Amino acid sequence: MEDAARLLQLVINGAAGGCIYGVIALGFVLIYKASEMINFAQGDLMMLGGFVAFSLIAGMGLNYWVGAALAIAIMAVFGFLLDSVVLRRVIGQPQFAVIMLTLGLGFIFRAAAGISFGYGSVTFVTPFTNKVENFGDIAIGQDSLSIVFGTVVLCAVLYAFFSKTRIGIAMQAASQNQLAAYCMGIPVRTIFSLIWGISAAASAVAGILLAPSTVLDVNMGFLGFKAFAAAVLGGFGSIPGALVGGVVIGIVEQLAGYYLPAGFQDVTWNSMLLLVLIVRPQGLFAETQRKKV
Amino acid sequence: MSLFAARDIAIQFGGIKAVDAVTFDVKQGEVFSIIGPNGAGKTTIFNLISRIYNLTSGELIFNGKNVTKVPPHEIAALGIARTFQNIELFSQATLLQNLLIGRHCHVKTNLLSQFAFLPPARDAELAHREKVEDVISFLDLQRYRNTLIANLPYGVRKVVELGRALCIEPKLLLLDEPSSGLNVEETEAMAFWIDDIKKDLGITVIMVEHDMKLVSAVSDRVMALNYGRVIALGSPGEVQTHPEVVRAYIGGEA
Repeated sequence: MEDAARLLQLVINGAAGGCIYGVIALGFVLIYKASEMINFAQGDLMMLGGFVAFSLIAGMGLNYWVGAALAIAIMAVFGFLLDSVVLRRVIGQPQFAVIMLTLGLGFIFRAAAGISFGYGSVTFVTPFTNKVENFGDIAIGQDSLSIVFGTVVLCAVLYAFFSKTRIGIAMQAASQNQLAAYCMGIPVRTIFSLIWGISAAASAVAGILLAPSTVLDVNMGFLGFKAFAAAVLGGFGSIPGALVGGVVIGIVEQLAGYYLPAGFQDVTWNSMLLLVLIVRPQGLFAETQRKKV
Repeated sequence: MSLFAARDIAIQFGGIKAVDAVTFDVKQGEVFSIIGPNGAGKTTIFNLISRIYNLTSGELIFNGKNVTKVPPHEIAALGIARTFQNIELFSQATLLQNLLIGRHCHVKTNLLSQFAFLPPARDAELAHREKVEDVISFLDLQRYRNTLIANLPYGVRKVVELGRALCIEPKLLLLDEPSSGLNVEETEAMAFWIDDIKKDLGITVIMVEHDMKLVSAVSDRVMALNYGRVIALGSPGEVQTHPEVVRAYIGGEA
């Protein structure tokens, strides 16, 4: 009985961590689906989102909810500008240029955050910090619950947005065929910038949700690489796949940390990435057709 | 009165003058065809009108308005729709969804009511669906309504693209080689539809086409191009027998 409870607790904690990977992976996938670009600065956008929330809430003393909403909005605008000012210029260049550019942007973001907020770790108080809910034998931190809940809400909002609203459907159209989208009256450039905005906002949500359970530091963006593995596991290009991939990686990571010798936890995501590429390279939820090179 | 006019339009790609000082008028309600050998600049003219390319010089007048500098995504709302020679559809969406995207420029409800699917959004959605159903029955596409474009044969896709353009409810329709890739019967059906589009829907058509039988069957006037320049303009019969046109197609002493 105790073992079952412990297992369940590990799974729930893992799922919570995995939701964070999933939300960042969602950012990867949105941008990839729209413009076939892979944004390696996705994790660093999460870091920036966390720090913006930190400076608004802990620095300026805003209410948690107001500060969080404001931080998400600021990051959305930042993502929009990032595309319309910077990324726009490498359209038509080889894929490699985009990879170099986004990796470089990651360095710039880390340096900028280090200069503005310092290289030490910071934390801010949230309504979920250090609170625990008991369900029978199982104790679950409110921080974990808030992550899972926040992820579900974010997904529901994004789902409604993409399937119901004119602009969401325009985004789907623009990602399938840019030329045809133009001729239907869809402002494709603005749409792409908006997708970057949404993607950055999703990363900011991840950063804010993560805040109660960990400390913020400038290198937390490297979490993005685990999210990248999650996106690959889900079949790059599938939004539900990204979330499921994130949750799977989160759970396996927790279980490996508990049942396997020390050190295995850190290589789980790499191992899973390799395993997926060997066994099922199209991912769990293959949506994109194989690209012939 | 002319619905559309091109005045001395030109575009240069490097040293190549793809379209060079071309001027023409398209009258309200006519079918105006553009013919010419490969590389004559026919599709380039369409891309200029759709504003996908920027003009090097000249101007485009549509419905009394200068549209030379209008961004490409605003062209549809003005009332210009087009199809493509090689079909540009949303291949991972169904036929119905493709046609509904044609209604994009007519959607006026706000984001919030779409989110909650409030009565105004629902009524507007029903009206759009009705319009799309009209187009589906007009083109006899009922049985493919919920099929993914990727699973449709080429000939049907060609018709879907025409249908999507009609969903824009355009004043001017640009057809880029509507018969390319179609068999004889499909081409005949296309000729009927173009005729119906002109007579029943009252839409003005500019068509780029190689099939001279289709051109003569539906066109009111024909313009022949070669190396980006107009070499003849007139009725289908006049243009086909014009010595310059014969020379461009068959060759001969310059």
